Amino acid sequence: METINKPTIKPVYLESGIEVEPLYTQKDVNDEIQAEVPGQYPFTRGIHPLMYRKSPFTIRQYAGFATPEETNERFHFLLKNGQSGLNVAFDLPTQCGLDSDDPRAFGEIGRVGMTIDTLEDFEIAFKNINLDQITVSMTINGSAIVLIAMYIALAEKWGYDIKNLRGTAQNDILKEFIGRGTWIFPVDKSVKLVIDTIEYCAKNIPKYSPVSVCGYHIRESGANPIQEMAYAFCIAKAYTDGALQRGIDIDEFASRLSFNFDIYGNLFEQIAKFRGGRRLWAKIIREEYHAQKDNSCWLRMIAGGGGGGLTKEQPENNIIRSAYYALISALSGTQTMALCSYDEAYTIPTEKAAELSLRTMQILIHEMGICDTVDPLGGSYYVESLTDRFEKEIKEEMKKVDEWGGIINAVASGKIQESVSKQAYTREMGIQQGVVPKVGVNIFTKEEAIKPVDFHPYNEEAANKQISKLKKIKQSRNNDKVTEMLAEVRKDAQDDKNLMPSIIAAVKEYATVGEIIQVLKEVYGEYNEPIFF
Amino acid sequence: MKILLSKPGLDGHDVGVKVLAHALIEAGFDVIYSGLRKSPEEIVKLAIDNQVDVIGLSILSGTHEIITTRITEEMKKNKLQIPLVVGGNIPAQDVELLMKLGPKAVFPTGTRVDNVVSFFIEMKNSK
Repeated sequence: METINKPTIKPVYLESGIEVEPLYTQKDVNDEIQAEVPGQYPFTRGIHPLMYRKSPFTIRQYAGFATPEETNERFHFLLKNGQSGLNVAFDLPTQCGLDSDDPRAFGEIGRVGMTIDTLEDFEIAFKNINLDQITVSMTINGSAIVLIAMYIALAEKWGYDIKNLRGTAQNDILKEFIGRGTWIFPVDKSVKLVIDTIEYCAKNIPKYSPVSVCGYHIRESGANPIQEMAYAFCIAKAYTDGALQRGIDIDEFASRLSFNFDIYGNLFEQIAKFRGGRRLWAKIIREEYHAQKDNSCWLRMIAGGGGGGLTKEQPENNIIRSAYYALISALSGTQTMALCSYDEAYTIPTEKAAELSLRTMQILIHEMGICDTVDPLGGSYYVESLTDRFEKEIKEEMKKVDEWGGIINAVASGKIQESVSKQAYTREMGIQQGVVPKVGVNIFTKEEAIKPVDFHPYNEEAANKQISKLKKIKQSRNNDKVTEMLAEVRKDAQDDKNLMPSIIAAVKEYATVGEIIQVLKEVYGEYNEPIFF
Repeated sequence: MKILLSKPGLDGHDVGVKVLAHALIEAGFDVIYSGLRKSPEEIVKLAIDNQVDVIGLSILSGTHEIITTRITEEMKKNKLQIPLVVGGNIPAQDVELLMKLGPKAVFPTGTRVDNVVSFFIEMKNSK
């Protein structure tokens, strides 16, 4: 029968290159699945026994506010409304380690997030807020060590016991070299700084998550779902190895590690990506790193709809896409969810669009029964078979990175960037030529009027205010002390010591982000971007 | 025809510019990509040193007006008389404004890659 029927059916391939059969049966599922239970190693079906039945996934939307003052207002609003977490976005100068008065910051101050020059800005942003009541998530990478130090300095200055401080920093510098691009120092030195934060936090702030490894941006840069997971795992292993070399126990570190993943494309492919990825990560942590504790093996993740799947054409379609992405995320057992807004493909989200994203997730939680039972797709012949396949394929892709000399070398040489950008090109051509169907773009298109695109207008007055604030603090601070502290940072960098203590001491004296980064640039040099595309 | 593609400012979104670089190479152009975070001075110097025929800027962070102004000033200062084109996340309503600053073409948000390639082919043929 098979030989007669098969040629008449067009073969189907997932974006990852895996061929999909028209039918899956019990034969396609391995026997071990029968024994897999949520909340138990290897956690394919979820990291908790009761998952959303106990508490639904956390909703966390990304938000950028231009000034420390606005951020403070937002914090108070959220706390009043019963929320306790905020994702903080920083502007590009802060992300690249440049002060507001740096000529390279001109025109960029406060544009895509909050500007931070000195500890004073943090004092304004967190004014009248109980630091032990909130969790602050900081989207910061290149200059992360300074911003984390600043948050700790603030807490210490205000008399908090930093042992109880909670929060997260993105602080995944390796992915910045692949996509997003806020690198500063050469790759090896950049990783050293990440490990400094990990070591310091493990020893002093055990409840703080110093790193969130981002497959998200790697996928947005063109990686397929297998590569997204494989590269993220290789990166997470590089940080883990660094932490172990500093004498940190795997069980002390691994449970603080979290991941940030992307969702767009084929529904089943994404779900299998997460289920297979979760199983593989657990095995890596237990079998390769010999973690004893179960929670060390958890793939804790934020996974939400990525901008890569959204289109500028017929933008209302993005509302529908986002709802599917939210469903995928929930069916994959995510811990935290964030959705891009439907207008994000071409503008900064309007309030209405941001509200729709929020409602999409709330409808999923409260109307769709998504929280009633754990891993509802578990046992599906197709999903389980694809889950197995993803576990295997991600592992294979990780081996390729090893063959390139490991992730640090593969990033430094531009090998990963090259492979990812080639794929971005292939995909874009596929969409243009209609091989990759995209509703409203290459099928079911219609003439559309050109819509005006809104950017938040550049607030020059606020930027100038920030610059004069910086000028004032540079006059009023104890400049001898600042010079002394910056010399300490330089010395520790030269001696290859952990830089957290000296940076914390420097920011307490109101040394600026730019001053500290400049000292480190003088010791470490700057990243020389390999041009591969 | 030799094209310099560059990312000015601090914006790190380089997927689009790299996709375009691939497409232009496929179409037979000689393409130099500068990498991220190039200053107007660096971009103009790269253009002169490499004797390129046209400069293409990719800007996604909303700084297109400031950057285009600065680049054209720098080009004038160096008496560099080659066409400049600007693309990226450029709102359609800003195209006219940007064109007044001197670029030969502005490709707003949503422009298809093959339209940009066709533009360069036409430019080459009319040389």
